[in-house]
Amino acid sequence: MHQPVAAKIYYRVWMVLLLLLAVTIGSAFFQLGALGVALNLAIAAAKALLITLFFMHLRYSKRLNWLAAGAGFFWLIILFSLTLSDYLTRGWLFAPW
Amino acid sequence: MVSEREPALAYQFDDANQQREAATLGMWIFLATEVMFFGALFLGFSVYRAAYAEAFAEASRHTDLLLGSFNTVVLLTSSLTMALAVHAAQTGRQKSLFTLLLLTMLLGVVFLGIKGMEYYEEYVKRLVPVLNFTYPGNHPQQAELYFYLYFAMTGLHALHIFVGISVLAVIAFLAWRRRFSPAYYTPVELTGLYWHFVDIVWVFLFPLLYLIGGR
Repeated sequence: MHQPVAAKIYYRVWMVLLLLLAVTIGSAFFQLGALGVALNLAIAAAKALLITLFFMHLRYSKRLNWLAAGAGFFWLIILFSLTLSDYLTRGWLFAPW
Repeated sequence: MVSEREPALAYQFDDANQQREAATLGMWIFLATEVMFFGALFLGFSVYRAAYAEAFAEASRHTDLLLGSFNTVVLLTSSLTMALAVHAAQTGRQKSLFTLLLLTMLLGVVFLGIKGMEYYEEYVKRLVPVLNFTYPGNHPQQAELYFYLYFAMTGLHALHIFVGISVLAVIAFLAWRRRFSPAYYTPVELTGLYWHFVDIVWVFLFPLLYLIGGR
């Protein structure tokens, strides 16, 4: 098992997370449109990565755990890419409300 | 007096290290299934967000940004206290372990309390599908779809927080009984993995539900 991670790393990650949160909330007050969506998702992904690597110790874990985490993420990518490539490339079949 | 017992080694494992690694891998695989569990709802939200962009953006502005933001800070901090709790277990600091587990639980309860306040607010503003949905803006059916997804996704997430708090209660009790040590703290680590995952779900829920339309 890996050596205990120094506690100060957790505090630093936490502060970066709060900073990213401030940025993402602040960005909502500017009318950024699609760019805003992309920015918020990128920030969310960055926060998730920080939590996964440091709080969940994935950075210090065996490759097998990386594989399990990566597999979940990979299937999510398949779910989103196949479904959205379908919906976004044909005429909307949604209710005409 | 601190007990440093090694847990009994289950017969299928060669050594304690392998047993611990198997447990951790098992939790990661479970979390991968949870990714798919929540992923389906996120996908549904994404599809309808793309289809009814304007209505969803407008509907999202009816959520309470202040409470949602504060809740995000609460959960991020609870992940910090959880990581510090695992650290305390690793370094044999029993009192810190117990205190940090309790703190994590407390922050989880605060999160649920604020979520409940938001739900009540939405009930008063008549934004709850099935119960009393009456929408003042354009495309009420599309907005109602947003709120179906809002309550389904935050509700499922809140359920996971509740389960996490319950598990933390058990682990905190065991920590109080000095069950954990630098030689054995696997249950604390696994609880941490679960708790961080539920935090990650909220990290994505928050911008998608509260910020997507701009303010």
